[in-house]
Amino acid sequence: MWKLLQIELFKIYKRPRTYIAFGAVMAIVAVVQVALRYDGKSYIDFMMSGLSDTFEFQNDKVLNGYLVCFIILNTLLIHVPLLVTLIAADEVAGEANMGTLRLLMTKPVSRTQLILVKFAASVIYVILLLMWMAVLALLISILIFGTNDMVVLRNDSFHQMQANDVVWRYVMAFGYATVAMSTVAALSLLLSVFADNAVGPIVATISIVIVLTILSEMNIPLYDKTVKPYLFTSHMVAWKGFFYVKSTEEGETIKGSIENLPAIGRSFLILVIYICLFVGSAVVCFKKKDILS
Amino acid sequence: MKKSILIVAFLLPAIFIKAQDVNELLKQVRAKIEKVNDYVASGKMKTNVIFMKVPVASIKVFFKKPNRLKIKNESGISLIPKGSISISLNNVLAEDGYSALDAGTAKIGNTDTRVIKLLPNDDNNEVVLSTLYVDPVKLLVLKSKTTTKDNGTYELEMKYGIYADYALPDKVIFSFNTKEYKLPKGVTFDYDDGTEKKQPGGKPQKGKVELTYSSYIINKGVDESVFSK
Repeated sequence: MWKLLQIELFKIYKRPRTYIAFGAVMAIVAVVQVALRYDGKSYIDFMMSGLSDTFEFQNDKVLNGYLVCFIILNTLLIHVPLLVTLIAADEVAGEANMGTLRLLMTKPVSRTQLILVKFAASVIYVILLLMWMAVLALLISILIFGTNDMVVLRNDSFHQMQANDVVWRYVMAFGYATVAMSTVAALSLLLSVFADNAVGPIVATISIVIVLTILSEMNIPLYDKTVKPYLFTSHMVAWKGFFYVKSTEEGETIKGSIENLPAIGRSFLILVIYICLFVGSAVVCFKKKDILS
Repeated sequence: MKKSILIVAFLLPAIFIKAQDVNELLKQVRAKIEKVNDYVASGKMKTNVIFMKVPVASIKVFFKKPNRLKIKNESGISLIPKGSISISLNNVLAEDGYSALDAGTAKIGNTDTRVIKLLPNDDNNEVVLSTLYVDPVKLLVLKSKTTTKDNGTYELEMKYGIYADYALPDKVIFSFNTKEYKLPKGVTFDYDDGTEKKQPGGKPQKGKVELTYSSYIINKGVDESVFSK
């Protein structure tokens, strides 16, 4: 199994297009960092507009490396699933397209093993991509913008946490993001099983993610209780929950606290169920698949 | 008719004398406050606003006569309520700027206080009315309410300790009006974790900032640059 995984990883990292994603992440992060470096004040003024009538604050302290990383991580919603799909959707369909899938099946490897290994390789790719993102978005932002207390602005509340209470939240958030992106990878892999060309599964996955994300973000009572809780895209943003803090009755932030950890746990579980469902379906379908290419 | 004239003639000096008392009391309070030319105070700031979760901040407060005040949080981010300049009593008691009216007495805790209303002489003044609750024995302002044209009403409650001789409080509770806080959901992309929201919609809310001072450095000079940053 380990040897098989090594081969899959070799295949992924031998392809030049794998590195497009790393380049894209670097570009997204750099674009946001440059924009905030030169016009961060406008952004902070806009975000804090609900408070600026009542409070005075120092823009330069609010805009620090921790907040910049949080802003960048929001792109997880849109960009990173696309980058993950590029690789994961190519796992089976790409082999079918090149005609190597039939050859691969002549080896003494079960179809279940093959799908599981391909999924594991995709997860490793997700981990590396997010680690790369963490280095650029967190470490480089800290170098450029420095550190200070972190503020998180929600739709109806303002959360502030001390600088020494932030890094562990990022570790947890990136860990959670790995699971969220692995769900997208699992979906891509499932769709990849049905195609002989990677373009179809890539487009299909992206379309599904976009439509479900829009549904998740819409505030329509009809969907709020009936549809949204069951969409995996609603739970992909649960990494933000690590930055929602508890407070005392007097509004004082409780250091090291998470506002609703059980909710994050529930979201995590739902994503894991989705992963199992997608990967399980991929195994079943691949086992029944008549490989002709 | 004669009777009425007699009553008025009898009461007028009494009202005048009472008003004089109030002005005299204010003069004494002001004299005590004016012993302080500048100070640097260290302390903690606790913010209590319904929609905010904020850690307790270690702050430094810089003051310089006549009315320059700066609150700094050297290690973190501080959200200072607008109008907090009135934390300095020098502003409330600006000389010659107000007409004082006696509004009777009131109890603040266990202390009997004189209630004095200050009306600004200048019609364009941002402050509409200030009410002071003054301890006539210790010559300390224990509470003040300031109503402004644009920013609602501020309330200050002061508790004094070892710096009472300088009319500098150990604890200040600053209450103010807050506006409703809302950002579009499309901007924040919140994770809906199902936590019940505390914020009741519509009604204006009161926020509180509690400053607890641990030490003062009085009349040792404060650098001008502190106020410009």
